[in-house]
Amino acid sequence: MAASPVLPKLVGERVKRREDPRLIQGRGTYVDDLKVAGMRHLAFKRSDVAHGRIRSIDTSAAEAMEGVEAVFTGAQIAELLAPMPIGTPFPSPPHRAVAADVVRYAGEPVAVVVASDRYTARDAADAIVVDIEPLPAVVDPELAMTGKPTVIHADFPNNLAVALVPSGTGVGADGSVDDTAIDKAFAAAEVVISQRMMNQRLVPNAMEPRGVLAHFEPGKGSMTIWSSTQNPHILRTMIAAMTGLGQDQVRAIAPEVGGGFGAKINIYGEEYVAAAVSKALGLPVKWIEDRSEAFVATTHGRDIIGYVDVAARRDGKVLGLKLRLIADVGAYNMLLTAAIPTLTMMMANGTYDIPAIRTTLTEVFTNKTPTDAYRGAGRPEATYFVERAMDMLARELKMDPAELRRRNFIGADQFPFQTQMGAVYDSGDYLKALDRALEVSNWSGLIAERDAARKDGRLVGLGLAMYVEVCGIGPSSSLPTGGWEHSQVTIERDGRISATTGASPHGQGNETTFAQMLGDQFGVPIEHITIHHGDTGIVKQGIGTFGSRSQAVGGTALHLAGGKVKAKMAKFAAALLEAHEEDIVFENGRIGVKGAPASARSFAEVAAYAYVPVPLPPGLDPGLSEEAFFEPANNTYPFGCHITMLEVDRETGEPRLLKLFAVDDAGHLINPLIVEGQIHGGLAQGIGQAMIEEAVYNDDGQLMTGSFMDYALPRATDFPRFELHATVTPTPVNPLGAKGVGEAGTLGSTPSIVNAAVDALAGFGVTHIDMMLRPEKLWRIIHGGQA
Amino acid sequence: MAHVSMTVNGKVRKGEVEPRMLLVHFLREQLLLTGTHVGCDTSQCGACTVLVDGRSAKSCTIFAVQADGAAITTIEGLAKDGQLHPLQEGFWEEHGLQCGYCTPGMIMSAVNLLNETPKPTEQQIREGISGNFCRCTGYQHIVNAIQHAANKG
Repeated sequence: MAASPVLPKLVGERVKRREDPRLIQGRGTYVDDLKVAGMRHLAFKRSDVAHGRIRSIDTSAAEAMEGVEAVFTGAQIAELLAPMPIGTPFPSPPHRAVAADVVRYAGEPVAVVVASDRYTARDAADAIVVDIEPLPAVVDPELAMTGKPTVIHADFPNNLAVALVPSGTGVGADGSVDDTAIDKAFAAAEVVISQRMMNQRLVPNAMEPRGVLAHFEPGKGSMTIWSSTQNPHILRTMIAAMTGLGQDQVRAIAPEVGGGFGAKINIYGEEYVAAAVSKALGLPVKWIEDRSEAFVATTHGRDIIGYVDVAARRDGKVLGLKLRLIADVGAYNMLLTAAIPTLTMMMANGTYDIPAIRTTLTEVFTNKTPTDAYRGAGRPEATYFVERAMDMLARELKMDPAELRRRNFIGADQFPFQTQMGAVYDSGDYLKALDRALEVSNWSGLIAERDAARKDGRLVGLGLAMYVEVCGIGPSSSLPTGGWEHSQVTIERDGRISATTGASPHGQGNETTFAQMLGDQFGVPIEHITIHHGDTGIVKQGIGTFGSRSQAVGGTALHLAGGKVKAKMAKFAAALLEAHEEDIVFENGRIGVKGAPASARSFAEVAAYAYVPVPLPPGLDPGLSEEAFFEPANNTYPFGCHITMLEVDRETGEPRLLKLFAVDDAGHLINPLIVEGQIHGGLAQGIGQAMIEEAVYNDDGQLMTGSFMDYALPRATDFPRFELHATVTPTPVNPLGAKGVGEAGTLGSTPSIVNAAVDALAGFGVTHIDMMLRPEKLWRIIHGGQA
Repeated sequence: MAHVSMTVNGKVRKGEVEPRMLLVHFLREQLLLTGTHVGCDTSQCGACTVLVDGRSAKSCTIFAVQADGAAITTIEGLAKDGQLHPLQEGFWEEHGLQCGYCTPGMIMSAVNLLNETPKPTEQQIREGISGNFCRCTGYQHIVNAIQHAANKG
């Protein structure tokens, strides 16, 4: 017998992605690539005004067009669909998938066309005449809070979606507020830093716009819905509820999904409409979002004002922090809208042991596109406010920014660390991450380089920011969807492995990382493993992919399901080999007895035996297929330190990012190549926020940055080469020790860059610059300062 | 309706199209070559990039009738005889993609770049793909992928 090859260890290796062969050859299947016989196309007529009352809609011209199947106004859709549900416990105004009487943001749908092809559908939508009586619009949340010039939802006075909610030191579980500690901190302060900071509105802009194909089959009474979504199981739950079908009658499929970044968590009106229209007409219908639509119709991110006050001693010890948050949530509450800013409150400590913290949160409706999760979702905002404030304090104290942070860190010996904000940080070593970042960036060398450049008259600055985020959110008490994930691992009769995961990916590479894990767990080649995802007809249960949860929660469920089936397979092998199951070893595609390799049977042979078990070992059922739900007892808290060097052109005010060093600690890594890709992508979005991205509305509520001509999505020329390094602090929350890494890049980069910009321009007396770093803004600082 | 005829990935393809039909929709809807993607409606994103007579072009900015008689190469036509193109290999080897949506257009732009500049500097690569958006990768692994292909060429 030929010796079996020794299989390489897979976990921890830079394994090339198994998803790529199809994607690099144009053979991936995204929603718009699908066709179903008889399929019709939808196009939405949208409001041009930000706030107004619909006087009339004339659909006659559209309906008369050849190829138009039907036109539904908001009133007609209201007969098919109840107001849309949200996923948070906050009070919420009714929100129709298609507006029936009042429109509250520019881009809100008012009618939908069903036609034979997409060109006809668009023509017909354009032929609909809508008469809207304009109402005053409000786009400034601090103005909206006064109830002037308009109240957007009748039952929400002063446009308060969430009226002032306090949290932190002295705030009881019953909502009681005791100011003693926070007042004492500020009374004892030798220095107080106060700053209003704007964390601007962003447009997520996944490269694939949204799309949905709904196919109700009247004969079967069941629905298949394909959607560009991050969470097909949540989609199934919601579509079933909204169309009156059972969850057993709806199959939701996320095929290839071209990016999400949080904006494809929400279940949107267009998805409900497609399902309802398909059911009403008994026809498959497809809707594909245009980019111009996506800018107004897909949820935006961030848009939160922070009033930050820091109380400190002159030796740098921070005594107290106040953070007053005002979140502009746009016109409606979407699935998670109201919950996102609560994560900003929750992470107000950052990486610091601050004796007294008080945060308050107000959420405000305005006549803008609703906000919801966008990569980082609440945590970059907290990191930005805290790290900008720490930087201002360091500057005020003329202290090295690294030294200031060192004096305030939660110590490595303090974990698990219960914060005043309700978080229990699982594990961490912030000093180690900082020291590593200083070392790999050659911080003192960077200072010398900066100072030399300044001698030449160049405006060069250095920025440093720490971060800690909350990922893999669980248990279920923290997530209305459930905080668990599900997996089923099946050893097929031929010895190959099929596994399902509820963590439905959209670029994260789960088909590769999860196969790496199973390859090692079973000692089989990765080529023998298929990971199924994104289809509720195949994947029995699941939540989805968001909040950097794939690996920490989904990966753990897979690991547990694999462990169960492996234990059963070991019993079959023990029977076959007449050995004790605890002596059974799985390696190199074979299953044998420890210390007796010659006795080993092939993996396939043991699998075949399990399916035709003659004789059936006592106490065993046939077959090798096990499932597991994993519910983490706590969140994970990845952390790190990002250092940047930035130059501002004295003549034009244009900033240029020269260097970026990132030290990220996500615990144990399954595939460092994929992790690097995740960090790069996060960095690009964090840098984009700091430097060039901003959703700008005019006073009438029109989005002025409504296309890629006006919204600056970063290009390859906007970035230097990033330098990545890692520290490894495993989490005790799951057996993999993995914390999650999808959002990390957006956390530290943003404040680090603004800190660098302020450092570059500090000579002109500036202490804070609101994002984005528009050249005009920087030019005015330079030239105003000189004047 | 207008009659069009063009060579797509080496085969002559004919069709009846509305004069306003975009080349990208002709490729996707009539020829079922869905590897070419649509990511915007203002010709900014480059997801629809194909080669027209050997040079990269955004197929959303061209009417199908304007491509009458042209030779078109799409992502589906890049691999030859079951062998991946060096750029496809590079993107796989260097993890130059995540969600994959921008990838076909990005690769076609890179084909054009390497045709014109076989040994580009990193800056030339970044400029060469600056007509293509990627929201996932931060571009660094894409730059590596193109360098990988250039080093093989």
